[in-house]
Amino acid sequence: MRLEYHVSGRDFQAAGGAAAKTKRALRQIGIDAETARRVGIVAYEAEMNIVIHAYRGTVGIDILPERVIIYADDEGPGISDIALAMQVGYSTASEDIREMGFGAGLGLPNMKRYSDELKVTSQVGSGTSIRAVINLPAKEGS
Amino acid sequence: MSHGVRVRDIVDELECEVAAGSGQLDNKVAFGYSSDLLSDVMAGAGQGDVWVTVQIHQNIVAVGALTGLSAIIVAGGAGPAHDTVIKADDEGIPLLTTSKPSFEVVGILYRMGIRGRVRE
Repeated sequence: MRLEYHVSGRDFQAAGGAAAKTKRALRQIGIDAETARRVGIVAYEAEMNIVIHAYRGTVGIDILPERVIIYADDEGPGISDIALAMQVGYSTASEDIREMGFGAGLGLPNMKRYSDELKVTSQVGSGTSIRAVINLPAKEGS
Repeated sequence: MSHGVRVRDIVDELECEVAAGSGQLDNKVAFGYSSDLLSDVMAGAGQGDVWVTVQIHQNIVAVGALTGLSAIIVAGGAGPAHDTVIKADDEGIPLLTTSKPSFEVVGILYRMGIRGRVRE
C-alpha cells in the first residue's frame, strides 16, 4: 500500500495534514499504536521540513508487510552540510519561523531517533531527498 | 495515571476559558507536557496528555491531533488565533486559554496529581 501527499512550501495552514492522514491510515489497517506514533513523528518532521525550507515536495509512505518506508523529496535550496544538519539544535530556519516554535534543530534528529534507517541526500540549489525505514514489530506466531 | 483527572476538572481548577472543543471536556488526562518547540512536543508528549504552551498558531492543533492530546492549554494570556480555534473545533481537541503563565499552570496541574511523561 502506498500513500502520497503533495506538500507546498510555506503552507502552514495545511502543514501536518499529510502526517495526520498517514497515522490515521496506519491505525485503520491495524498497525500498532507505537509504530504508528513513530511513523507519525517521522512523517511530520519530513513534511514540516518541506513547508519550512523547500518550495514544494512530496511525502510518500510505502506500507510493506515488515516495514514502513517514508520518502520525502523536495525542490528547494538543499542542505550543504548534512552532518551539521543532523546535529540537535542546528537550524537554518528564519527568526519568524523560530518564533512559531519550529526551526529548533530537532527535525532531522527526531527522524533519526524514531526510524530504524535514515538516509538523507541533497543537492544544493536543487533539493533534498529523505528515506526513512521503520520496521514493524514481529507478529506473534510468524 | 491513577489521578483520574478529566479536562473538565482542569477547566474548573485553572478557572480558564474553553476556546474550542467544549464537547470533549470529558477526555481523560494521561500525563502533562510543557514546551513551546513543536518538534519537542511531537517527540515527548503522548496519547491523552495535556500540553501547556504559549504558542497560539494553528499548527499546535496539528501537533495535538497527531499526538492524540486530551487538551491544549494556551498559557500566558495570548488568545489563540482565530484559525487555531476553528481547527481545534474541527479536530475535537479542547483548547483552553488562561492568563496564568506556563509555570503557574504546570504547578496547578501537578498539584492535581498530573505528572510529566518521562521517556527513556
